[in-house]
Amino acid sequence: MEKAEEKRHTIVPFGPQHPVLPEPLHFDFVLEDEKVVDVIPSIGYIHRGLEILVQKREFTEYVYVAERICGICSFIHGMGYCEAIEEIMKISVPERAKYLRLIWSELSRVHSHLLWLGLAADAFGFENLFMQAWRARELVLDIIEETTGGRVIFGACKIGGVRKDITDESLKTMVTVIDGMYKDVRTICDVFLNDSSVKERLCGIGILSREDAYSLGAVGPMLRASGVSYDTRKLGYGAFGDIDFDIVTETAGDCYARCAVRVHEIFQSFHIIKQAISKIPGGPISVKVTGAPNGEAMVRYEQPRGEVIYYVKANGTKFLTRFRARTPTFANIPAMIQALKGCDFADVANIVLTIDPCISCTER
Amino acid sequence: MSYFKKSPWLLHYDGSSCNGCDIEVLACLTPLYDIERFGIINTGNPKHADILLITGGVNEQNADIIKNLYDQMPDPKVVVAVGICATSGGVFAECYNILGGIDKVIPVDVYVMGCAARPEAIIDGVVKALSILEEKYTTMKQEKVA
Repeated sequence: MEKAEEKRHTIVPFGPQHPVLPEPLHFDFVLEDEKVVDVIPSIGYIHRGLEILVQKREFTEYVYVAERICGICSFIHGMGYCEAIEEIMKISVPERAKYLRLIWSELSRVHSHLLWLGLAADAFGFENLFMQAWRARELVLDIIEETTGGRVIFGACKIGGVRKDITDESLKTMVTVIDGMYKDVRTICDVFLNDSSVKERLCGIGILSREDAYSLGAVGPMLRASGVSYDTRKLGYGAFGDIDFDIVTETAGDCYARCAVRVHEIFQSFHIIKQAISKIPGGPISVKVTGAPNGEAMVRYEQPRGEVIYYVKANGTKFLTRFRARTPTFANIPAMIQALKGCDFADVANIVLTIDPCISCTER
Repeated sequence: MSYFKKSPWLLHYDGSSCNGCDIEVLACLTPLYDIERFGIINTGNPKHADILLITGGVNEQNADIIKNLYDQMPDPKVVVAVGICATSGGVFAECYNILGGIDKVIPVDVYVMGCAARPEAIIDGVVKALSILEEKYTTMKQEKVA
């Protein structure tokens, strides 16, 4: 009896080198005909072990390594590390620096979501839409490059503030560019939300119920698409306390809902950036940091992919004892496996992509 | 550049990079930088590829995979190491799981600098790789005749 059951199952390997995902991640899909019955993930292809570097680099230098946990959400990784150290050392960052951090972190959210929209379009085979989304993304990268000097790794954050100021003129140009982008991005997003062929591929696929999303510890757009209204930005870290915005949620919990959440978040980020630019105060952008941290801190931030947690432990020397980052993709993997069970094999690429997997974050 | 002027295909593999170089490689394929004007297509199949583009360093687990991908590609082939991590390990060189640059496991023809490597630099590296590919093709042909 057991043997007969085993016979019906086919195991299909996926990755680590796969056209759909640029990153190495390996799955074994257990199939029954075309249906996926079980998924066994295996990770470790991209593990570098960068957390240990914290004992080899001075704590002020480690910001660069922290930024390189992941190239897509690099700014928030750097910022999270800086703010954890600032919490230990009880440094109060100047208001202007807080706003600049907010603007850059929201810009990186826009660029990450546009990047995701492109990759998702590529996964369901809409090549043209992929190209359009990435063309729009270049406009955001231009703003980032103009203000920080880097395209993907900004290097703009340091302990005690930020390294670079944005002039009022640049801020004004930023508003004009964002207003100009608005229409462009709207056109692209309308295709994602209204096109019948896109809906065919996304609606009702990879459903994750509200209960599952909550109990499996999903974070970010994955959680919000299942109807849980939770966004770490609402904790009011940095300058978010002064910013007025609503949490984007959807209730369906399918691939389409996750896509819709990200689309709405792009426009929400535009709104947040414009609000921040109108409220940004003058003054210094950094404070001098002396001494070394002693103690421990844990901070939480909202990355484009969801909630991220940083833990830092220091012993009063220039070298920290421990640094740990719990990244959003890691938290989303159990929920993704739940969503994958019972789906058609042809939808696997779509579902894997809708969690917005970032493997370099996950494995560090 | 005569034979490979037409359409050298590219295989991209992410060694253990931070994604920074990866998204820049993808940005090369999209409208602003548009590497397809050289006839280059990003393929997922190593058996169709002429250029192997690797980002990130080598670690214990992916060394075999990189070797495997390289062996599956038909001759002549070139390898482009994109970014400082693929060249020497870069900022992660001291990490316990990083063995070093790509040249620890396979021969590399072109090194592209930068952290993250800019799309312009990547295109430059790929174009350089094309002429090396052409050279390799000519020598291969001559060897066959001899």
